[in-house]
Amino acid sequence: MKAAVITFPGSNCDDDCVYALEEVCELSVDRIWHKHEVDLSPYSLIVLPGGFSYGDYLRCGSLAAFSPIMNLVRAASDRGQLILGICNGFQILCEANLLPGALVPNSSLRFICKDVTLKVENNLNPWLNAFKVGDVLTLPIAHGDGRYVIGDQAQAAKAQKILSYCDAKGALVDGANPNGSFDFVAGMVNEKGNVFGLMPHPERAADLRSLHGRKLFESIINHLREKASA
Amino acid sequence: MKARVHIFLKDSVFDPQGNTIAQMLRRTGFEKVHGVRMGKVIDVETTHQVAAEALSEVKKMCEKILTNPVIESYRVELMES
Amino acid sequence: MRNSDSTPSTVEMAIELGLSREEYAYICRKLERKPNFAELGIFSAMYSEHCSYKSSKRYFKRFPTTGKRVLQGPGENAGILDLGDGWAVAFKMESHNHPSYIEPYQGAATGVGGILRDIFTMGARPIANMDALFFGSPEDAKTHSLVRGVVKGIGDYGNCVGVPTVAGQTLFHPCYTANPLVNAFTLGIVKTEQILKGIAKGKDNIVMYVGSKTGRDGVHGATMASKEFSSEGELERPAVQVGDPFTEKLLLEATLEVAEQNLVVGIQDMGAAGLTSSSFEMAHRGASGLELNLDAIPQRETAMSAYELLLSESQERMLLVAEPKNLEKLKAIYDKWDLHAEVIGKVTEGSRVKMFSKGELVVDLPIELVVEPPMPERPQAAPSDLKQRWFLERNRMLATPLETKVLSLLKSLNFADVSPIIHQYDSMVGNRTLATVLDDASVLRLREIKSKNIRLALATDCNPRVCWLWPQEGGRRAVAEAALNVALRGAEPIGITDCLNFGSPENTEVMWQFAECVEGISQTCDFLKVPVISGNVSFYNETDGKPIYPTPMIGMVGVIEDNLPLPLSYCFSTELELGLIGPLVGGLGGSLFASEFFGRDCGQPEETDLTIVDRMIKWCQVIRRKKMTLALHDAADGGLLAACLEMAFRSPHECTGISLEIPHEADVDSFLFGETIPRVIAAYEPVERVDLEATSSRGGLKFHPIGSVNDSGRLKIFQGSAVVLDLAMKDIRSRWEQKYKVFF
Repeated sequence: MKAAVITFPGSNCDDDCVYALEEVCELSVDRIWHKHEVDLSPYSLIVLPGGFSYGDYLRCGSLAAFSPIMNLVRAASDRGQLILGICNGFQILCEANLLPGALVPNSSLRFICKDVTLKVENNLNPWLNAFKVGDVLTLPIAHGDGRYVIGDQAQAAKAQKILSYCDAKGALVDGANPNGSFDFVAGMVNEKGNVFGLMPHPERAADLRSLHGRKLFESIINHLREKASA
Repeated sequence: MKARVHIFLKDSVFDPQGNTIAQMLRRTGFEKVHGVRMGKVIDVETTHQVAAEALSEVKKMCEKILTNPVIESYRVELMES
Repeated sequence: MRNSDSTPSTVEMAIELGLSREEYAYICRKLERKPNFAELGIFSAMYSEHCSYKSSKRYFKRFPTTGKRVLQGPGENAGILDLGDGWAVAFKMESHNHPSYIEPYQGAATGVGGILRDIFTMGARPIANMDALFFGSPEDAKTHSLVRGVVKGIGDYGNCVGVPTVAGQTLFHPCYTANPLVNAFTLGIVKTEQILKGIAKGKDNIVMYVGSKTGRDGVHGATMASKEFSSEGELERPAVQVGDPFTEKLLLEATLEVAEQNLVVGIQDMGAAGLTSSSFEMAHRGASGLELNLDAIPQRETAMSAYELLLSESQERMLLVAEPKNLEKLKAIYDKWDLHAEVIGKVTEGSRVKMFSKGELVVDLPIELVVEPPMPERPQAAPSDLKQRWFLERNRMLATPLETKVLSLLKSLNFADVSPIIHQYDSMVGNRTLATVLDDASVLRLREIKSKNIRLALATDCNPRVCWLWPQEGGRRAVAEAALNVALRGAEPIGITDCLNFGSPENTEVMWQFAECVEGISQTCDFLKVPVISGNVSFYNETDGKPIYPTPMIGMVGVIEDNLPLPLSYCFSTELELGLIGPLVGGLGGSLFASEFFGRDCGQPEETDLTIVDRMIKWCQVIRRKKMTLALHDAADGGLLAACLEMAFRSPHECTGISLEIPHEADVDSFLFGETIPRVIAAYEPVERVDLEATSSRGGLKFHPIGSVNDSGRLKIFQGSAVVLDLAMKDIRSRWEQKYKVFF
């Protein structure tokens, strides 16, 4: 079981993702430079990490979506491989139309870095199966452009929200939405469920802070193990 | 009357966004791209009826609030309603 | 451009470019000819205060700069300390004051960019930033936009490059109204075998230019930083430098790859005075000469003269020297990261720098003359009104009711929650941050070092009020406080960097302040055996002849070499006792309270007893090894009362209340508001008291029980059995939280 972490020019959290997957979760990880059009089929998990690819210039994730590697990521997604986009990775997936919707500037127009509470909306997927529906987890966010907006309803209907911003008790109330995201969306999967984008950073809570990030990664590993033995 | 304000970084000021966009355009096959500068457009709707007054006031808005005169230049045009 | 590069210069041109008559005469005499216009530009930049340190250099020999960990002291782009096991840490602090007044966002952003480059040019990966910001009265029209612009500039740049901003300080004082200060600190880690230096050597080695293209940005930025502003007429408006953090990130990764593969002889960033300073400084360090072809420089504007190419401060550029055999490998790395990389010259024997433009020799100068300007006479004189400054109307204070006094302190803008600022910075990227400034000192784990457990604690400190009232004490105290802050989180202080911000060196009182601050800093460094490994000086922070308060910023680094838990800094439960370790009372002179109460800074600050500071640092180590359940916080600005409130505000329990019992032998004001270093507040479980008392006593420190933490939600102060103050914590806390929010 191998994971790939893709580095775009300006990716900052690639190293953190490799650390969390390799050293905390003991997964074998390859780092892939965006210009190297390597065959992605051997990878059980492909990660698009956080950061500021291309400086967030033009629109967040917009220029990275045209990177050579993204054609191969698209092909991997079509094949049903697991694609995880964290923060800037989520933005790139939306710009590349692998997930519907878009991430725009936070309604406060300020960058926010802090721990937030999140509610698990659905655990019948490769991503959150180690949690129960309704579980409240804590992960850090660090973004200036995390407000999720949907394009058209038809497009949105094809995807599914699996993680919501919530208050400490799990309620989706005013004050619990740090960036004004539509429907408190913190994480979305595509129709097939194999592509997951989330704004919070699980790799920052793998062996620090709440440790809930590790549980998220373990969900993925569980799913892959079950699939392999099936 | 509606006025459209075009705001750009002054020519002498480096535009990292424009520069990066130009590089990406060239790399994705638009080889004839020589340069890109990124600006912003702000449409201001006013209740002025007289063109000269609207223009003069929007220019004042630009000087005072809408632009940073240290690094930005602007141009105002009145729009057909 | 009025003059072409080879136009012979005149003394009038020299003066317009910021040189003095004496300096111009000196240059002509030594060169045995007049410099041409391009060469004059070089001298004007290199002889500026900002580049040459000509007014301050002679004082640096007072600093202790050696020690068993020092791998690189002052003189390079950053200082380096050994961490053992093949690893080292590089750090430095720099100012970007004048540009931040002109264009706050870009000024602050490019300030961060500059200091980041100083670190990665040493081959070190930057892993933490701190910033120290000083702004003027909030009533001044420009202050709000300065605060917003500076904070956003620092955040956007640091966040985009992916270096966490973990600590710093913000201070508001009228003296900074027309002269805000932005001091940026960066720390990086490096394997000792991959350390790079800013050195040019080896005959026929190639000189390469890497990074962004050169434009006309900031031509003469260095001379702007070496002149004061004037409120009459137009401010100087050189083309403002715009930072590109994306390119900086690419440059960072490329430089570290180059370091890892051992491909360079030397490398330096092009900061103040751009290509000029980097080329001459590298050649000087390598005792070599250089020959450069300016036409080979990647340019983004047309028809740039040699003068402009030499003085441009376009950002995100570096100069490197390498053996010719490594050229292809170097080009491949820079190409991978989409950065320009061009050979622009070679290293020569001898000690001259020659530069060609359009086929003509346009610069031909001896290096030593350029890098070593004559040191001007800078007389010092202590102010004549020191006694007046030290006068403090004690009687008026004594006659005022306690509640009035407490409220006047609490409304200070300098007693405020810094969260609105720090939450705009990504403090977590890199997966190393264990604590930020919200816990007194930032702590980082070095997860890449596998052979041992190692964490770093970082803090910044400076109290300008104390520096203005008694500069030597201000210098002494800045280092002592910073050392205490890292010690409280369990670290051993191992080195400092400084950023010395002052008014004009031509002002005799300013020069006296400078010398005295350097002396004070050195005393504490000598006593605690903490070397100064790098630093920066920013003079001319004044407008219309009015200088800022002396502001010698200290950036302190400490190391923790075990995996014991970090002591907490806040009330972790509502059933604790409060104790004070150290002197029972503090000095009111120079205190925040005295300033708020009297509406002016006054009083003679109390001298920091370094013996007690040293004992306190050692005591912190003893305490942490005992693994007691307690929290520690130092009483700094605002004294003991402010410290207790801060510990309560950071508590997870909303109902936290504080009860303080003023010891009968203590003067009330000095007990609650006095500021003397070191005074440490401990919040501990009652069962720990005996042990705490004994440990303090064995450590040569006094221990005084002063009250308790409870769940009353009130701040109560007792004198004997009488309640002399009773306020709702909720109200105080909400005002504390709102103060900085108003800026954003």
